[in-house]
Amino acid sequence: MTALEGPVEAAVEELPRRPGVVRRLLESPVFTSRQSLVGLVILTFFVLMALTAPLFIHGDVQAKVGPVFARPSGSHWLGTDGGGADMMKLLVMGARVSLLVGFASAAVSVLIGGTVGIVSGFFGGKVDIVLMRLTDYVLVLPDIPLMIVVAALFGRSLTNIIVIIGVIYWTSTARLLRAQVKSVRERVYVQRARALGAGNTRLIFRHVLPQVTPLLVANTVLFVAYAIFAETFIAFLGLGDPSLVSWGRLIQNAFTDDAILNNAWWAIVPPGVAVVIVVVACTMVGQAMEDAFNPRLRSGHLSTRRFRLRPVPIREPR
Amino acid sequence: MRGTDFVLKRVFFAVATVFVAITVNFVLFRTVPGDAVSALRCRQCTPQFKAYERRTLGLDQSKLKQYWLYVDSLFHGDMGRSLRTQETVWSALWSPLKNTMPMVALGTLFSIVLGVATGVISAWRRNTFVDKAGLWTGLAFYAMPPQWLGLMIVLFVAGAIGLPTSGIETPTLGILGDPSTWTIVMDRLKHMVLPASALGLVLYGDYTLIVRSAMLETLGEDYVLTARAKGLSNWATVWKHGLRNAMLPVITLVALSLGFIIGGAITIEYVFSYPGIGLEIVEAIDQRDWPIVQGAFLLLALSVIFFNLVADLLYYKLDPRVTE
Repeated sequence: MTALEGPVEAAVEELPRRPGVVRRLLESPVFTSRQSLVGLVILTFFVLMALTAPLFIHGDVQAKVGPVFARPSGSHWLGTDGGGADMMKLLVMGARVSLLVGFASAAVSVLIGGTVGIVSGFFGGKVDIVLMRLTDYVLVLPDIPLMIVVAALFGRSLTNIIVIIGVIYWTSTARLLRAQVKSVRERVYVQRARALGAGNTRLIFRHVLPQVTPLLVANTVLFVAYAIFAETFIAFLGLGDPSLVSWGRLIQNAFTDDAILNNAWWAIVPPGVAVVIVVVACTMVGQAMEDAFNPRLRSGHLSTRRFRLRPVPIREPR
Repeated sequence: MRGTDFVLKRVFFAVATVFVAITVNFVLFRTVPGDAVSALRCRQCTPQFKAYERRTLGLDQSKLKQYWLYVDSLFHGDMGRSLRTQETVWSALWSPLKNTMPMVALGTLFSIVLGVATGVISAWRRNTFVDKAGLWTGLAFYAMPPQWLGLMIVLFVAGAIGLPTSGIETPTLGILGDPSTWTIVMDRLKHMVLPASALGLVLYGDYTLIVRSAMLETLGEDYVLTARAKGLSNWATVWKHGLRNAMLPVITLVALSLGFIIGGAITIEYVFSYPGIGLEIVEAIDQRDWPIVQGAFLLLALSVIFFNLVADLLYYKLDPRVTE
């Protein structure tokens, strides 16, 4: 036996090692495709801007610093808004709230959707039927009107808005994850771990979750875009936190302060452009990730604005 | 699964969803901090009036009894009364709904036509300049908040082409005697163009991306190769063999984006002061007139459920393989 050990070990070492997670990520389309790289750079820029904003901007950004709707000038790069506040500062500080809502709501929605999807896909049977029925019902309810109604009833604080957006947008993640987990569960290595006596908790956290994590991350990035979008709806109807400035709120301000009658394009155009840039960037990165990690989604038409698997036709669970 | 089974299943699902919508609606409005009446803001809302309202709404009953009362009255076509005007919810919502429907239909039609046309051209001429331009334009419109796009149109486009930017008809229309039906229709159409195109443009971005990828996949199928080998023209190959098959997922996706269409319509109507159901919701929310908000949400949910059912059945009609 001992005589064999040496050569066997050598042979094992000669086998090509599976590259590590970081290496695989760096070689995946997320970092190699130009589209996704551009998106990542833009996102990083906005996130850094939001994080470092308090270092440059002091005091109340909503304070009056000049005449109402002053044109862009050397002292106010983007002019002033209907309250005489500096648009540039408002825009930068608005990024903080908009991005926070984006990332936090996405985290909430992926947490709920991920849990439902994993539980449903892993345990199957009755649990699966009940959870997926529930998902189908919620999926059909018109999401944005529902969000507006819930925000009108319970909104008005940042936390509430984050939770509302997250709680309403979990369905597509749940469906996506369920499909993926269903296939992972049947793989040989999971069966083997089960045969060795691993419990459900261990199987889920050690063997299933790592396999679906990249997909979860891709989903989160896509949902950041959608949550930022949703925040603009809520804020535009005056249902946002009245003390905070977000991009959605700036669009609302421009509308209610009659920026149009004053022909103050500088008060209307920038917040919208910021939303467009961030949403496009998230979409580019998220889609590149999804393409890289989800072989089922090779065909792009299976995803829609909410990037979910085609839920209709709904097939009977086997 | 046979065809009839499929249809029955879908209808059953739709009916069940209606109940889910009703329940969600009930639960939401009964869990408001305080209750529906205490948040009311209006001039005649004295404590006596509020106590009276509470009694008539049955808010002093148990929750289960309230739920039963709610469902029961819904089935008798009673959605309650507006707290502001005492008008029934149905009559308060019917005329805004009549204004909204043609506008949303026009916008959706516009977006589908534009989205399909550009999506097909993009896929057909893939990786050319035309494709890239189409893709990026689509992505940009897809990323625009509808209300912002509406404001952009008011700011930059409306003045240049001289279309009205607010309301649904010219207030001075009736001054010089009764206008003819034709004049009224044309006037309404003029007021509809801008909000409908704002809605259409936002949706177009979504649809063009979907149609493009669906087309790309279809054009790679064997039967497209066969069509080409038979010597069919490019036109016939792309439109007859490609598009007809690529349209299948598009139907489902249009149905699924209904929630977004309606959400967009709400903010766009607000921007253009278009007296539709969206503006009604915004005003009702502003004045905490919950019965109106509740009724409007229920109506929107019912129409989305209905159109989803239609899309399911249409899909089955076009592609009976669904049931397999």
